[in-house]
Amino acid sequence: MGERDDPAGDRSVAAMPEGLWTQPPVEVPELDMEQVRRVTEPATLVYTYTPGLAQTRFLRGLQEGRILGERAEGATDVYVTGRGMDPVLGRATTESVEVGPNATVTAFCVVHIGFGEKAPPTPFVSALIRPDGAAVSLYGTVLGIPYDEVRIGMRVRPVWLPESERSATFECITHWEPIDEPDVPAEELKGHM
Amino acid sequence: MRDVAIVSVAQTDHVRAEPRRNEVEMVQPVIQAALERIGAQISDIGFTCSGSSDYLAGQAFSFVMTLDAVGAWPPIAESHVEMDGAWALYEAWVKIQARQADTALVYGYSKSSPGDLPRVLTRQLDPYYYAPLWPDSVAMAALQARAMLDSGAITETEMAEIAHRSRTAAESNPHAQLKGSPPPEELLAGDYVAEPLRRHDCPPITDGGVAVVLAAGDRARQWADRPAWITGIDHRVDSHNFGARDLTRAPSVAIAARNAGVGYGAVEVAELCAPFTHQEKILRTELSLDDDVVVNPSGGALAANPIMGAGLIRLGEVAQRIMSGEVRRGLAHATSGQLLQQNLVAVLEGDS
Repeated sequence: MGERDDPAGDRSVAAMPEGLWTQPPVEVPELDMEQVRRVTEPATLVYTYTPGLAQTRFLRGLQEGRILGERAEGATDVYVTGRGMDPVLGRATTESVEVGPNATVTAFCVVHIGFGEKAPPTPFVSALIRPDGAAVSLYGTVLGIPYDEVRIGMRVRPVWLPESERSATFECITHWEPIDEPDVPAEELKGHM
Repeated sequence: MRDVAIVSVAQTDHVRAEPRRNEVEMVQPVIQAALERIGAQISDIGFTCSGSSDYLAGQAFSFVMTLDAVGAWPPIAESHVEMDGAWALYEAWVKIQARQADTALVYGYSKSSPGDLPRVLTRQLDPYYYAPLWPDSVAMAALQARAMLDSGAITETEMAEIAHRSRTAAESNPHAQLKGSPPPEELLAGDYVAEPLRRHDCPPITDGGVAVVLAAGDRARQWADRPAWITGIDHRVDSHNFGARDLTRAPSVAIAARNAGVGYGAVEVAELCAPFTHQEKILRTELSLDDDVVVNPSGGALAANPIMGAGLIRLGEVAQRIMSGEVRRGLAHATSGQLLQQNLVAVLEGDS
């Protein structure tokens, strides 16, 4: 049931095309009283989020305009964003390694329905973007190029918020834009896509 | 039935708040230590199971992130329960009994510090008639304590003595969060938090975790000189409708104990997961423990209470006492949910 036929109107799925998220009507037995059809129970829990050691290093790096990955002792793979672990080895990452800023698109999709207030005008491209030197890709949007010209292997660079507006959040990188370098052949991206 | 044993245990030093590390950074050293103590690697483990809850740290897919600490590549057989890690151990035990695995890594952990724990715990109550009222976990426990006091099942002095005994015992537990206690008469002079519960009747709020390795048969003997064999294990649940329960009792504990074969031999040590003082009395009664049984030499959940870990820690504490040769047969109890709603009882034994 979408918002259009939702009497309480409190489900924000209006952006979805008609028919995409639907459920069959609920069959209710005959009762000698008005049916209770909906109960709203507000629930709010407030948390103080602890990013941890590795993510703190990553977020502080972004504030300084640097992309910092993490590497376990003796390992080769650099993880970004790091959560403090090499997930393949199951060992703590102890070394901070700067990666990028230039990067390669390893996968992308064209978004036709944007969610959230900060979504760019549609259609736009969401992509996985591997900073040079990193083993894994970050999530970001690719702007500054028509959406239908984005391709896997395309070279991009981050576009940063002005330094005065940056805080320790992933939003320091507003989006990624193309740079004038030849595409990376797909075979070189093997294992990173 | 296959012979299955706990062969390795590691736990964090439990703290009120772990402000620097995230959950995976907190629990990884414990997982690593549990494996290293027996010279094992994740490739030696047939099944991995964890117990945790996203609600505690407000961290979506917390358990998926924590898997980074395991080294889940190449892909491993893995599962998770939104319950105390003792139930993850039960799942692993069943997996081994079913010959789907010979070894298992089990862990339970939580960071409760990021949220308001007594409020967060209301979210595990019946969503229609209890959760909407937001009855905090201390108030809920106080209802149970009141029922016990009014029925004569316990006195406030007994409750203070349990708190004192537990936290005094915790002085010899290097991992405990609360160690030492004023004498009972001093505790009884304190103010009520939620009458009839005083501060000492309540568990601490804890960030921490525990990891355990299970192994079957010869693999267990290979990994441990004296494996802590799980000779009986069962879990049962009392009604989620607290109004329908006699809160002074927890019949599910007695049933689980009978099915686990607690009565087949003498119990030398019992680690009981009783977050509130009066709950220890309920457990002792349901388990029919003799007075000479050493109860909670670790300090129990009153000394450190990482939600989703405190029950598995009880199994680990008994196992360590068996592996060290200190005792031959012990009982471990875990609880999940509020007011001793869900209960697991295990009997652990060493080779004589």
